[in-house]
Amino acid sequence: MSAPGPAVLRCENVVKIYSDLAVLRGVDLSVREHEVVALIGASGSGKSTLLRCVGLLETVDDGQVWLDDQDITDPRVDADLVRRRFGVVFQAYNLFPHMSVVDNITLAPRVVHGVDPSVARDEAMALLDRIGLVDKADSYPDKLSGGQQQRAAIARAIAVRPRVLLLDEVTSALDPELVGEVLSLVRELAGQGLTILMATHEMGFAKQVADTVCFLDQGVVLESGPPSQVLGAPVHARTQQFLARIVDAGRL
Amino acid sequence: MSVLDAGPSTVELDRRAYRRSRARRSTLGALASTLVFALVAYLTITNAPGWPRVRTTFFDLDIARQSLRPVLAGLWVNLQVLVIGAVLVAVLGLGIALLRTLRGPIFAPLRIVATIYVDIFRGIPLIVVLYLVGFGVPALRLEGVPTSGFVLGTAAVVLTYSAYVAEVFRAGIESVHPSQVAAARSLGLSHRQTTRLVVLPQAVRTVTPPLLNDFVALQKDVGLISVLTVTDAVRASQIIVGQTFNFTPYVLAGLLFVLLAVPSARLADHLTVRALRRQQGGGR
Repeated sequence: MSAPGPAVLRCENVVKIYSDLAVLRGVDLSVREHEVVALIGASGSGKSTLLRCVGLLETVDDGQVWLDDQDITDPRVDADLVRRRFGVVFQAYNLFPHMSVVDNITLAPRVVHGVDPSVARDEAMALLDRIGLVDKADSYPDKLSGGQQQRAAIARAIAVRPRVLLLDEVTSALDPELVGEVLSLVRELAGQGLTILMATHEMGFAKQVADTVCFLDQGVVLESGPPSQVLGAPVHARTQQFLARIVDAGRL
Repeated sequence: MSVLDAGPSTVELDRRAYRRSRARRSTLGALASTLVFALVAYLTITNAPGWPRVRTTFFDLDIARQSLRPVLAGLWVNLQVLVIGAVLVAVLGLGIALLRTLRGPIFAPLRIVATIYVDIFRGIPLIVVLYLVGFGVPALRLEGVPTSGFVLGTAAVVLTYSAYVAEVFRAGIESVHPSQVAAARSLGLSHRQTTRLVVLPQAVRTVTPPLLNDFVALQKDVGLISVLTVTDAVRASQIIVGQTFNFTPYVLAGLLFVLLAVPSARLADHLTVRALRRQQGGGR
């Protein structure tokens, strides 16, 4: 893993309220360059919501998010320009079903970044070659397995060379035997020094890959630190409880 | 090798034979009941006291033969209205649907106008629109506004059908899952790019069968422009009816409209089945 640099992404007191339910109650978090930060926590603890707020797919109800020292929650900022600097991978892949795999990957480079279509295709093919999907380039997403679809979705997200990659429980929708191929791709990307903020239920994976683990509970970061500390010797009772349940389920 | 190489077992063969016999029996039953119904209907009509009169006034082959040429010439007018109208309806309907899906307070006036438009033209009978546009607009005596029944009739049909088609498009747009929009926006695509490249292509696929259904309905409703004294198939028939006091030309025109509609109806069915198969996890 490359040495972490200065903070690329910073959340300060981020609040998100859905009608009367406060999902995020003031989240503070920072992700440094080349750092991999894993968000853990029970379902409903706000991991996905935090990622959606950071990626400007939701507006925050209070607090700020800074990307490279720019307050991206400022409504005067062009959100489309900010979103270009993120790559987002969703739990349910969200590939475009009416486009081939390679078209899914080249869409943003072509129409958002103005890359020449043939150049974009060449780059996409190189990317597909790296992730072992080159023979699926012209297939439609519904012809791919879940693991292949999720790898294609990751390729789509990194094709625009994002400043920060946001991964939202990328293996939760996969059959157990397909989880490995997706995790090994994420591990490879982390190894190449991508800055990653990910929500995950895979504690073993978080332990191996993350530089920092944040335990989210009821909309706040209760505990964060290196995986050995948060996962190995948690301070808070709620973190201990959560991890005990995971261990009982045989997931750590 | 595998159990499959030996061919089906006797149990399976027995099951298949049983299913075949059941299928044969229900087919025969359906066929018999259809024939009986057709026979009863035929006998009832042909034995009705007024049948000879009806036959000569509605099904006179000589008059049908004589009126074929003018009615076909009229149908050509209907076809023109249909093609021009269908294109305009698709464009206008899509535009109104897009206006209705705009979000945010600044678009409220456009949204309201589009909603009112749809409410009015879905509610008002086409024939009333035809009279209003076809006779009302020329009566204004505005400079440069066309007065031809062909143009105004087409306009009236387009006004009404655009309201229906807008609703079909809107349903299609709203059927595209929000996660698709999230994925597109997360890549930095603007709202407009997302609509054009991600939402609309998927929406149009979904609504193609219902749109074709509306197209079939439009095929026959273009016959209503005859009330504006455009010499279409219906009007051409009406002229002959006026001269001969025989209604056969109407039946002929009706038959020709049916022949026109059948291919589109079959195409709509075919696409519906295909869309259904795709939705249920089949191939593309």
